[in-house]
Amino acid sequence: MNPSRKRRIRLVVALTAALLAASALIYTSFSAGSDEQTAGQLLDAAVAGKTYTLAGTVKDGSVRRADGVLWFSVRDPHRPVAVRVRYTGLVPDPFREGRGVMVKVQRGQGDVFVGEKDTMVTKCPSKFQVAPPRPGSGGPASAT
Amino acid sequence: MATVGRALLIVAFAVALYGIAASLYGAFAGGRAWVDSGRRAVYALAGVLTLAFAIMEIAFLRSDFSFNVVATHSSTTTPTFYKATAAWSSQEGSLLLWVWLLSVWSSLALALTRRRVREVAPVATAVLMTFASFFLMLTIFFAQPFETLAAVPQEGTGLNPLLRHPAMMFHPPMLYSGYTLFSIPFAFAIGALVTRRLNAEWIVSTRRFALAAWLCLGIGIVLGARWSYTELGWGGYWAWDPVENASLLPWLTGTAFIHSIMIQERRGMLKVWNASLVLATGTLAILGTFLVRSGILDSIHAFGASTLGIPFLILIGAMVLGSVGLVVWRRADLASEHRLDSLLSREAVFLLQNVLLVALAFVVWWGTFFPLISEAVTGTRASVGPPWFDKYIVPLAFLVVALSGIGPLVPWRRLTLASVRRGFVLPGAAALVTVLALVAVPGAWAEPKAALFAGVVAFVLVSVGQELWRGMRARQASAAEPAPVALAGVVRRNRRRYGGYVVHAGFAILLLGVAVSSSFQHAKDVSLRPGQSARVDGFDIRYVRATSHAGAEKISLGAVLDVTKDGRHVATLRTTRGFYPSQDISQGIVGRFFGGESESEVGLRAGLGRDIWTVINPNITPLLPIIERGNRTFRRAMVGIMNVPARNRQQAAAQLFTLRDAAVTAVARRFVTSPWPADFRFIVSPLATWIWIGAIVTFLGGLLALWPAPAAARRRVTAGYAARVARELARTAQ
Amino acid sequence: MQLLAVFLVVLAVVAFVGAPLRGRTRGLDPDHELRAELADLEAAKEAKYREIRDAELDQRTGKLSEGDHRVLDGELRAEAVALLKRIDAVRARLGAEAPPVTPPPAVS
Repeated sequence: MNPSRKRRIRLVVALTAALLAASALIYTSFSAGSDEQTAGQLLDAAVAGKTYTLAGTVKDGSVRRADGVLWFSVRDPHRPVAVRVRYTGLVPDPFREGRGVMVKVQRGQGDVFVGEKDTMVTKCPSKFQVAPPRPGSGGPASAT
Repeated sequence: MATVGRALLIVAFAVALYGIAASLYGAFAGGRAWVDSGRRAVYALAGVLTLAFAIMEIAFLRSDFSFNVVATHSSTTTPTFYKATAAWSSQEGSLLLWVWLLSVWSSLALALTRRRVREVAPVATAVLMTFASFFLMLTIFFAQPFETLAAVPQEGTGLNPLLRHPAMMFHPPMLYSGYTLFSIPFAFAIGALVTRRLNAEWIVSTRRFALAAWLCLGIGIVLGARWSYTELGWGGYWAWDPVENASLLPWLTGTAFIHSIMIQERRGMLKVWNASLVLATGTLAILGTFLVRSGILDSIHAFGASTLGIPFLILIGAMVLGSVGLVVWRRADLASEHRLDSLLSREAVFLLQNVLLVALAFVVWWGTFFPLISEAVTGTRASVGPPWFDKYIVPLAFLVVALSGIGPLVPWRRLTLASVRRGFVLPGAAALVTVLALVAVPGAWAEPKAALFAGVVAFVLVSVGQELWRGMRARQASAAEPAPVALAGVVRRNRRRYGGYVVHAGFAILLLGVAVSSSFQHAKDVSLRPGQSARVDGFDIRYVRATSHAGAEKISLGAVLDVTKDGRHVATLRTTRGFYPSQDISQGIVGRFFGGESESEVGLRAGLGRDIWTVINPNITPLLPIIERGNRTFRRAMVGIMNVPARNRQQAAAQLFTLRDAAVTAVARRFVTSPWPADFRFIVSPLATWIWIGAIVTFLGGLLALWPAPAAARRRVTAGYAARVARELARTAQ
Repeated sequence: MQLLAVFLVVLAVVAFVGAPLRGRTRGLDPDHELRAELADLEAAKEAKYREIRDAELDQRTGKLSEGDHRVLDGELRAEAVALLKRIDAVRARLGAEAPPVTPPPAVS
């Protein structure tokens, strides 16, 4: 077999192998992926007793901490609706309004969803946050 | 001063546009004078942007809140170091940092190559100035760093407390230096393709900048990981988060490039591959910059709402189309001069390593963009997590490290049995011994992948040691020098080679730390009162006492913990959780000090054997009744102040605030005086510190490879060879 | 005052950037293609010398046997000689009138 034919065969084999490997990767990603539900999808279709993964951005002004429970709303990226979540457990440090968050929830009373304990994950911010200027932010030992 | 800043940006924009025009005109018609003028435009750009950047920095250091960026990202109570670095925690400031670094590194590149690559440099200048113009356009029209506020606030919002960490402050300049340094080989590649000069000169001029870019980007990535480990309260350093992955992609393809370029240098092969790699790396660097600031991975619709997304997407689209078009157009000039001699040669090893690195990059890219892809394909958004990444990354990384040990032992062009015998025996034996010895270590083989990887790492380390030893002996054979001097001598005269070997060793150590610390980690979540203990991986951790501190910026509630093993004291850990005040007055006058963001101060005892890591999560629910009483009391007092005569009101208010501060401090102090159970997370990770040690060794190796040999030594070396080859020439001319 | 500062900066930039243009503008160097080819060949020559040196170090550290090194060294030197011949040819074409281009300093 002349060298150039040998090289061509090598190239074809290598490319086929690469294609097969890539296809395997792509195929498994679709089955390994965990479905993220938006707020709107949950409001429409969530049934009680089933656990869903809610993903979205924390709505500005919606965060309340009371009696060891964290309350916040998650916005739907497509529609002007939001879902109220009641969460207990570990809150990741980067959690704040306007940040991406993922949490496992179940449908509770009305439009409130109860978060599963310790299942919250925040995304590293993929958008620089520009907060509007607010007057005064000193701590206890400052002048204000 | 802000108007000066704004004006300087416009001047810079004009200079950048002039740079594009002058360089292109000079390259194709006007001659060297115009090319020189274009190059000087780059230097002038660096000067003007340095002035603009200085104005922004001075505004931060002086806490000049008339600047919008200063008011929204800094405050008078921010420590000076973080005031200076807060500049790039903002969108606008970070863009200015990016384009300033681009101008500085471009100036350096063009100054160093001003007598060489005369054909390619002008086109490269035009490309670099196009990037500069793009970023300057963003800072002038979309995200202005010098925007001013009509009503100057008394106090700024302050820096996000999570960012108050030295690593996080050096992380952006290092990353951006990496990205901008990668745009230099990109620009030179475009120039080489346009002028059809993709030969030795192009390689020489871009290789060093590619290596410098690789180094800076790598340092930036590691700093980010270190920040995550020591600052964020989850105990990990890498989460396969899209933002992390964005910086890893160009680093992976850049690593492939700095290896495969050696093949082109020696054998004139892989020209299409190299051109594509370097163009892809530059594009991925811009993609990385874009991912962090466009919101595209939150959702396509959020992306549309961001003002920066569309311009970046246009730029990236142009880069991809332009790159593909150029490579296809010039494919005749990119034909290989030689073919692969043998599948058992260093060229073949490099080729395999390249394929693996590109495969790694593809896995990372696919996983990162999967939410968008799945939404487009199936209509439902789905994401893949760390387990999916690990499944593919781990075997690929395993093979890459193995190759980094094998490659240096294989000669160029073809491998012979003799060289196998000489080179592979010792490292192979070391690997075997390590793997077998680990059988004796209890529990080591419970994680077979980690045990096998330890064998691979042993192979790499011994092969590097073998190379250093043999190099030293070879030098001693010709110049009778004591061992340390000979070693220094051979390393100094072969920096690229030995620098590369040190990088391989460092990287193997780094990944060994990763493998062992994740495979053999013990984590425990437990609730403790002072005096109680928990047992983790043989360590007894006792909650000694609670701490509380009310400071200018936050309230810290924490714990002092005592770690013992078999009765022997190992470490004292201190961890706190800081509570920042919120601006929401509906939470109450006292309550708002406990209702804002909170962040952890990690308690870490790092050791060569293992790291002991802890965070505390003090539940403030028990404080709520007292806080509510405080809210009511101070609310009544605030109302009462209204009845005080106007001239005394300010003094009364000041007294009230002092009392309030004392009350808040007292409330916090209850955590110490009558403590309740707090939640702790304890993590014991074996060999975790070796991750950071390995990283340092890797970067020292990179620095060594980058370090230029003094000119005199270079001339001596080439003169020697020139003389010998000239003699041959004289012989063959007979 | 601020406008004056900006104006001064603009003046300085224009002066600095325009300086090369004040001399005689010559247009494209007629020999520029040849000079570029020469620079390429010089760089290839430096790279070839480095390869020769690397092969020698490989032999002295045992990666290449004596015989293999002899073969490789011969190949590399032949390639270096070919490069030197091409360099001489280009230098000759550049002509005796134009002064020889100084080889670029070797980059390690």
